[in-house]
Amino acid sequence: MVHFTAEEKAAITGLWGKVNVEEAGGEALGRLLVVYPWTQRFFDSFGNLSSASAIMGNPKVKAHGKKVLTSFGEAIKNLDNLKGAFAKLSELHCDKLHVDPENFRLLGNVIVIILATHFSREFTPDVQAAWQKLVSGVATALAHKYH
Amino acid sequence: MLTAEEKSSVTALFGKVNVDVVGAEALGRLLVVYPWTQRFFEHFGDLSTADAVMGNPQVKAHGKKVLESFSEGLKHLDDLKGAFAKLSELHCDKLHVDPENFRLLGNVLVVVLARRFGGEFTPELQASFQKVVTGVANALAHRYH
Repeated sequence: MVHFTAEEKAAITGLWGKVNVEEAGGEALGRLLVVYPWTQRFFDSFGNLSSASAIMGNPKVKAHGKKVLTSFGEAIKNLDNLKGAFAKLSELHCDKLHVDPENFRLLGNVIVIILATHFSREFTPDVQAAWQKLVSGVATALAHKYH
Repeated sequence: MLTAEEKSSVTALFGKVNVDVVGAEALGRLLVVYPWTQRFFEHFGDLSTADAVMGNPQVKAHGKKVLESFSEGLKHLDDLKGAFAKLSELHCDKLHVDPENFRLLGNVLVVVLARRFGGEFTPELQASFQKVVTGVANALAHRYH
């Protein structure tokens, strides 16, 4: 199980407090679909995903991205029990959505990149390290109930 | 692998990169974010904290060397395997580096570019660079046996 030091927790929550979840969520999901185009297969019902600008401007992508990142925000309140916090979502992604867990790692990496673009000064190596640990922990927690 | 537009946008952005500074930052961040990678650099001296790593002159020098090599690779986007053949053999036969580390360094480089270029690092540019770093990582792993 992943363990965060007090400094790592502070690095995570400190930056998170500055994040516009709606905007960042839309951007994270959008960039996932642009950078790793095979992920679009899960969102065929979203309409126009034919170009980067179509994806980034797609209202369903933005709405779903906000939902995903809001859920990620819940994790930050449960850093000591990520597996518990994501147990139900893990079952959902396995049993209903059939999402390959590798995609959780890809989305986690995209979130790190977005934080880097928006917070160039604050995103120090230590902060990056704490966030990389977090996105890894979330990806593992989301994969935990797979069978 | 890359379209003509992707190649030119990658080259244009990379043309603005200070290879010394970005190379040092990328290697430094690799060692901080993925601390097990420090095992390849034990002779570099003090790597005990993030500040020590980022300020370490050997890390900076080696980071510059790594990114110069990456820059050379960008001139051969149509034959990355050829361009990195010798380095691939070196990393396998002499340095014994697990190829997974090439993927990690590639991802760190993308994060460093994102940090430095902010909004200029558009989704399309991110996609193109992700393809490049994946291609370089695969090329470096290609001669492993």
